[in-house]
Amino acid sequence: MGELKNTAASSSARVVRLFVYGLIGLIGIGLFLAPMLFPDIRSQEVAARICIFIVLVASYDLLIGYTGIVSFAHTMFFGIGAYGTAIALKQMGPGWDAILVGGSAGLAVSFVLAALVGLLSLRVKAIFFAMVTLAAASVMAVMASQFSDFTGGEDGIIYKTPRLFSSATKLLTDENGKVLRIFGVKANGKTAAYYFVFFGSLVLYFVMLRIVASPLGTVLKAIRENEMRAEALGYKVVLYRTAIFCIAAVIAACAGILRAIWLKYTGPETTLSFAIMIDILLMVVIGGMGTLYGAIIGATLMSLGQFYLKDLMQAASEATAGLPLIPDLLDPDRWLLWLGLVFVLLVYFFPAGIVGTLTRKEANA
Amino acid sequence: MSKTLLKLDSVCTDIAQYHILHGVSLEIPEGGVHVLLGRNGAGKTSTLRTIMGLWQARDGSIRFRGEEISREHTSDIARRGIAYVPENMGIFGGLTVEENMRLATHKGQFDRQRLSRVHAQFPAMEKFWTKQAWSLSGGQKQMLAIARAMIEKRDLILIDEPTKGLAPAIILSMVDAFREIAQETTILLVEQNFLFAKSLGQTVAVIDDGRIVHTGTMAALAQDSDLQTRLLSLSLDSHQ
Repeated sequence: MGELKNTAASSSARVVRLFVYGLIGLIGIGLFLAPMLFPDIRSQEVAARICIFIVLVASYDLLIGYTGIVSFAHTMFFGIGAYGTAIALKQMGPGWDAILVGGSAGLAVSFVLAALVGLLSLRVKAIFFAMVTLAAASVMAVMASQFSDFTGGEDGIIYKTPRLFSSATKLLTDENGKVLRIFGVKANGKTAAYYFVFFGSLVLYFVMLRIVASPLGTVLKAIRENEMRAEALGYKVVLYRTAIFCIAAVIAACAGILRAIWLKYTGPETTLSFAIMIDILLMVVIGGMGTLYGAIIGATLMSLGQFYLKDLMQAASEATAGLPLIPDLLDPDRWLLWLGLVFVLLVYFFPAGIVGTLTRKEANA
Repeated sequence: MSKTLLKLDSVCTDIAQYHILHGVSLEIPEGGVHVLLGRNGAGKTSTLRTIMGLWQARDGSIRFRGEEISREHTSDIARRGIAYVPENMGIFGGLTVEENMRLATHKGQFDRQRLSRVHAQFPAMEKFWTKQAWSLSGGQKQMLAIARAMIEKRDLILIDEPTKGLAPAIILSMVDAFREIAQETTILLVEQNFLFAKSLGQTVAVIDDGRIVHTGTMAALAQDSDLQTRLLSLSLDSHQ
């Protein structure tokens, strides 16, 4: 009887695992084939945003999910990477050297700032550390707005990226000199830019997977569970926390570089705003803290909701036009209300996030 | 006479406004099992936590192999070769058995020979190697805590009430494990179970109200029921 129960439990665990990996595989394939499956500009915009946010959310999960560090400065590092690249591209012109100089400067500043904030503040209680990071992020947002000669102030900076990423660039041409279409996708600079973002994000994501699977990842999880016990085993908690804070900051800055190259525009609203920080938090919660796979699901669901829920509601509202009340409830202007409702339901049914709750069920099986 | 491994001299520890240890002086020789006995609230756990640096000593000195460690950080004390198995086992529930063990190894690498010995001593650890530690039973969690202390060569292991809440059969298996550990390591054991302590201990110190009130051999204390009654309010005869 007991054996029968165990077999049923292990087969249900297999189903859960298959479902999670299947969903992640589907998203991965969807993103890889996005230019072919969804050739319109808006869809590519969404796909690129998902790629970048997967990296950003996963790097934040290294802090909040794997180490138990609550930081509000993640968009600051994202912004530093983006602004470094943007300012260099604007000042030096649209070349790879500008990306290299600006990107490297962004990464270096992020690393130094993270080390300073970490070493000075990670000794204090979590709530004080969170306040310090909030203050640092606010100062950076004000600076970006005030130093308008460099940053473009509230308007941000528009610039050109290397020729390879220009929409007019023909990567492959047919016999008539026209840009070649592969599976319906134009082999032009826009597609090159998308795959630069896709593979850049993929590499960063694998780096993070490697980190959490390494001995460092195990120490971080131990620190999250009980700092004192980790200390008693000989681990210097402040150093480990500072190290992961620096690593997460540098990865967030890398995501910022990708964002700057993709958008060809960098401003406070696209990188430094507190709204982005809230998006990151929601994505981590939806996907599941302490599960890097959760970042994929959280970033995808949230981005799709933000971009397509309005359209979906428009269609639903029109389809139910003859019915009382329902078309009003489904009015596209109420999309944020419905997004909020979906979020509440997700938190109710998946208290540890989608991946977190499913894998916990698997562990219990 | 073996040389002194750990020496506490007039150690005072406060927790918030409470004075917990009032000048604990204790010498632990190298090798064997040494037991710290005392009533509830006498200061046994506080002594171990103070040695480990988890609570800072206000006054006095703690010397390990002749070097002062009372002002050192907990992680530095652990790196000197002192392991601590707290009363609540101190395992990481969200990590697997393997991860818990790996955390206690040098640079995250297992010594295969030691690992085989640990598995032979505690077969449950091998069986549940990839299971998360929270899913283990109370006895298995205690075994994991002790296995973690065994996985690397330590100079001193501080163990706080390892038998608390465990079934007699598990306690018996622990006696064997501790004897094996004591062949290469010194153990300072805090224990309430007098029979368990008697079966392992070579020396004994009794603490009361934050002060050491008796030191001697375990054999002498085990034979002197008057002393037991006076120091611990118990008689070993009643346990036999």
